[in-house]
Amino acid sequence: MQQIFNFLIRNKNNILFLLLMSLSIFLTIQSHSFHKSKFISSANVVTGGIYNWANNIKTYFHLEEYNERLVEENKQLRSLIANLPDTTNTGLFLDSVPNTGVYKFMSARVINNNYSRINNYITLYIGENSGIEKENGVITSQGIIGIVDHVNRKHARVISILNSNSQINAQLKKTFHFGSLVWDGKDPNMVQLIDVPRQAPVEVGDTIVTGGRSLIFPQGIPIGKVDAFTLDPNESYYTLQVKLFNDMTNIGHVYVIENTEKEEIQELEAIND
Amino acid sequence: MTNTILINTLRFILLVLLQVLLLNNINFLGYVNPYLYVLFLVVYPFNTPQSLFLIVAFLLGITIDAFEDSGGINAAACVLIAFIRPAFLRFSFGVSYDYQTVKLSNTPYGARVGYVMLIVFIHHFVLFTLEMFDFSHIFLILKKTIFSGIFTTLLILISLTLFKPKRR
Repeated sequence: MQQIFNFLIRNKNNILFLLLMSLSIFLTIQSHSFHKSKFISSANVVTGGIYNWANNIKTYFHLEEYNERLVEENKQLRSLIANLPDTTNTGLFLDSVPNTGVYKFMSARVINNNYSRINNYITLYIGENSGIEKENGVITSQGIIGIVDHVNRKHARVISILNSNSQINAQLKKTFHFGSLVWDGKDPNMVQLIDVPRQAPVEVGDTIVTGGRSLIFPQGIPIGKVDAFTLDPNESYYTLQVKLFNDMTNIGHVYVIENTEKEEIQELEAIND
Repeated sequence: MTNTILINTLRFILLVLLQVLLLNNINFLGYVNPYLYVLFLVVYPFNTPQSLFLIVAFLLGITIDAFEDSGGINAAACVLIAFIRPAFLRFSFGVSYDYQTVKLSNTPYGARVGYVMLIVFIHHFVLFTLEMFDFSHIFLILKKTIFSGIFTTLLILISLTLFKPKRR
């Protein structure tokens, strides 16, 4: 017994080192698997509070730009309304976001945004108090941003589309060939659409929109334009380089989308299994 | 003694805030960020018990990780640095470290630069390796390590020069 204690005391630094190191590695591995990192995040009271405080100051410098974006969006919405009677399916938004209110939109402010790492997250100043839930979609007027993965009372953390764990269903606007939207970690303005079937008539400049297969985003929300494309080595799938409409390095306000019929659909799908 | 604790606590808070609110947003050329908070590990008193230093380093890393949503990568890099710092000190400043007499401000300049660079580059290499978690990105890891490392080293050396303790 004495010897065991002596051994422990003599090696206390090494043991402590191994302990702390394995704890850090454990947290790292956990953060690399989707939907798991929970304890340490920027959406807790202290970190969220500090980011919010700093952001309150920063927002003032961008007010003009945010105003311009709002005016631009208002213009688009007004032109949609004006054209409503004679066009039935030009605006994809019209089809998929009907007035029945399947999707609920909430506005939120971005208080922290990363884009220089491999796994990027965004922190929003909106939380459970306002009805935000996990797996809600996040968009701006110009395109998609990501998916909520962690919520507390006042803050929410979003897995950005610039995250190697992010995978979002997307499709070509003109045909309905779909694939998965991923990010290779290189350019914050470029994402990749993989697994697009070879039959798809892809051209540079085609618009990519969200697909209807996920319960998170409504169908037809713009994402970006095709910048280049290559056939995979086994020659059956395309990989498209998509240039985002959004400037991911400068996001001010966003909309959080909640699908109110999600539970119903999930229940139905569970029965099918 | 109380004074040392107070100074180090203040330095901890200040460096964390500086790091997460300002330096993490620099993104020079898209990915080059300085990690100035390593300065805390560089100047942390040399004569404190190793086990305390390990715990403080872990706390520093995990705080940065909480802000960055990066799991435990900064914590891992910091703990590793805390563990091997005595070896670096002995390597850089020679035998005087063993007698606990060395003070960072009156070591030869060359040795001090070497010591800072050792810590910074090993810290950054571990940090970026864990961030990518994939050795197929080895060139990206090395690129980030070198550019961010140079940036951090410069900032640390500048801070060391600016905040030199007054000579008695």
